[in-house]
Amino acid sequence: MDSVFIIEKSAIIVAVFALTMLMAMYSTWAERKVAAFLQDRVGPNRAGWGGLLQPLADGAKLFTKEEFFPNTPNKFLFILGPFIAMSTALITSAVIPWGDKIHVFGKDVLLQATDIDVSVLYVFGVLSIGVYGIMIGAWASNNKYSLMSAVRASSQMISYEVAMGLAMISILMMSGSLSLKEITVMQANDGWNIFYQPLAFIIFLICSFAETNRTPFDLAECESELIGGYHTEYSSMKMGFYLFAEYANMFISSAILSVVFLGGYHFPGMDWVNANWGINIGAILGFLALFAKICFFIFFYMWVRWTIPRFRYDQLMHLGWKILIPLAVINIIITGIVMVLFK
Amino acid sequence: MGKVVLPADHRYYKYIEERHNEDGSELAILNLGPTHPATHGIFQNILLMDGERILDAEPTIGYIHRAFEKIAENRPFYQITPLTDRMNYCSSPINNMAWWMTIEKLLNIEVPKRAQYLRVIVMELARITDHLICNSILGVDTGAYTGFLYVFQFREKVYEIYEEICGARLTTNMGRIGGFERDWSPKAFELLDTFLKEFPIAWKEFENLFTRNRIFIDRTVNVGGISAEKAMAYGFTGPNLRAAGVDYDVRIAQPYSSYEDFEFNVPVGKSGDTYDRFCVRNAEVWESLSIIRQALDKMPEGNEYHADVPDYYLPPKEDVYNNMEALIYHFKIVMGEVPVPVAEIYHPVEGGNGELGFYLVTDGSRTPYRLHFRRPCFIYYQAYPEMIKGAMLSDAIAILSSLNVIAGELDA
Repeated sequence: MDSVFIIEKSAIIVAVFALTMLMAMYSTWAERKVAAFLQDRVGPNRAGWGGLLQPLADGAKLFTKEEFFPNTPNKFLFILGPFIAMSTALITSAVIPWGDKIHVFGKDVLLQATDIDVSVLYVFGVLSIGVYGIMIGAWASNNKYSLMSAVRASSQMISYEVAMGLAMISILMMSGSLSLKEITVMQANDGWNIFYQPLAFIIFLICSFAETNRTPFDLAECESELIGGYHTEYSSMKMGFYLFAEYANMFISSAILSVVFLGGYHFPGMDWVNANWGINIGAILGFLALFAKICFFIFFYMWVRWTIPRFRYDQLMHLGWKILIPLAVINIIITGIVMVLFK
Repeated sequence: MGKVVLPADHRYYKYIEERHNEDGSELAILNLGPTHPATHGIFQNILLMDGERILDAEPTIGYIHRAFEKIAENRPFYQITPLTDRMNYCSSPINNMAWWMTIEKLLNIEVPKRAQYLRVIVMELARITDHLICNSILGVDTGAYTGFLYVFQFREKVYEIYEEICGARLTTNMGRIGGFERDWSPKAFELLDTFLKEFPIAWKEFENLFTRNRIFIDRTVNVGGISAEKAMAYGFTGPNLRAAGVDYDVRIAQPYSSYEDFEFNVPVGKSGDTYDRFCVRNAEVWESLSIIRQALDKMPEGNEYHADVPDYYLPPKEDVYNNMEALIYHFKIVMGEVPVPVAEIYHPVEGGNGELGFYLVTDGSRTPYRLHFRRPCFIYYQAYPEMIKGAMLSDAIAILSSLNVIAGELDA
């Protein structure tokens, strides 16, 4: 553990952290612009060119707002809620492989904060903790609407995590590794997973909508029924944290989707670029490829949000337990049979 | 949600006590309103909830009661129109026209055909905006926001037409006894033509977004259904009754303002559920567009826009300054000293969301002796608790917006 290693990792961690924050910030801007585009409006255009400073203005506004505490018996939990939501949203990005090695200062540097063997399990673990942020905050709000939202959010997250995990298993059967880096390398060699596992992709996509609490699964915060749900009683930057965490989560799940199903930083012709133009150019292009895939998924999230209505609570449970989980199990069986037959 | 503490004479008391003894689970009381975003106005529902399921509901009204009926008893007839604006503010020209027609019925005034057709056009425009808002708000309440803002710009276009006709947009105070206050400008007809060209395209897109959407169908079919018998027993009218399968439409049952000259269908539903109400309103928008086109085609030549009733219709300003008689008429009309017979009449029209009636009793004085508004929203809201019993919280929101209960009209 030399100092160069620490500096190198710190630089990457800071870069990844900054990237996640920046993406979450500009997702709010993009959300408004996409919504405006779909609804035939203009969207934010006052702060900066094309409204590009709007996220900063929002942040400044939220920081200077009055902090309101409801008449709650547990102020500690009330503060802990947004804290958990925010931190879990930010730490997932540690295991995402942003690119292959680059060669700088005579060293090979891996564009990933950490390549742990069980990064898939890590992602799932952190995602499951994320629901505590909503539950604890809503419980501490001492508000019936918030409580209903907590019940909805927790049961939704738990149900959809099962289907998500089962969809993931079929990928793991093919890759034989729990490391996201390994999964990416496998896809670079054999082709993207989306072509081998379209069903798993669809299940995973639907579940990530549910995990990020986005329409059509935004029952936990639907403003027309629950008046904002778990963040009804929140104000100032604590509410900002909840909103921010949602966009950070959206970014992370887009990244996971891109890494697991769309080949991560792999792009067609990567080997040729690496051989002819050098690995540095290859890694940068790889990073841009991953970034483009992530942006596509973020746009897809917004596109869906501004198009379709949301489910009702019982319909959501029905979809999760009676449709997605059986499909995921069938997918595992099919994957197993195919793997045995064509080994 | 904590143990519910209620006085022993509360109607939920027995309910809650029984359930506590039964299996140890607790019920909760949830205040839906008075300031809940989905009520789109101010009214309260005290719901007894078992988790997400609604066991009982107790509606409360009167949060924006402005005593319009009482105020009307102290106002000359022509000053009552601004009150009618503020009832169903989504379709205020219908209310205005209904009030003028009530007075014309009282005074036996024959309105020229052209003015009647102009009234039909403006009333159908108002019906379109009313249905447009109701259906797109149903989309908002089920979570699809885009349809709402997408078609909302066409309400803006309609408001521009209103602005061209009477100068106001939301609370229009449009028309006078015997017709309109001025002739429609060529600009108004121009705007109307553009609207008739552009709106159908957007409305078709809006329909496509919802009518075959799986999630929307799941959310609305068999939600908040009401049988035809029950709907009639409650006194339902308008789209909500037609969705239950009763083809009652005031425009056909008791034609007014020359509605008998136009050909249009009365769309009816089957089960009276939220989806049927949505589809009936969608279909009615198409019928309204067809009526507007027919009225423009059949519009009589000339520029007559009001009846010749000098006792009640204000003379032109130059006459008032130069002409003794006109000045006297002007003075008497403005002071409200117009001859009014002693009578008791009821005039219904097909409002944006049901039969809107004015029951007027006069004693020959300058103000009504009694004026009662038959407000359809008031009647729908009585049935609301029964319709949401056993439904889930999300259903309650969807049912409320599909009934198109507008607080201003509910409380008057």
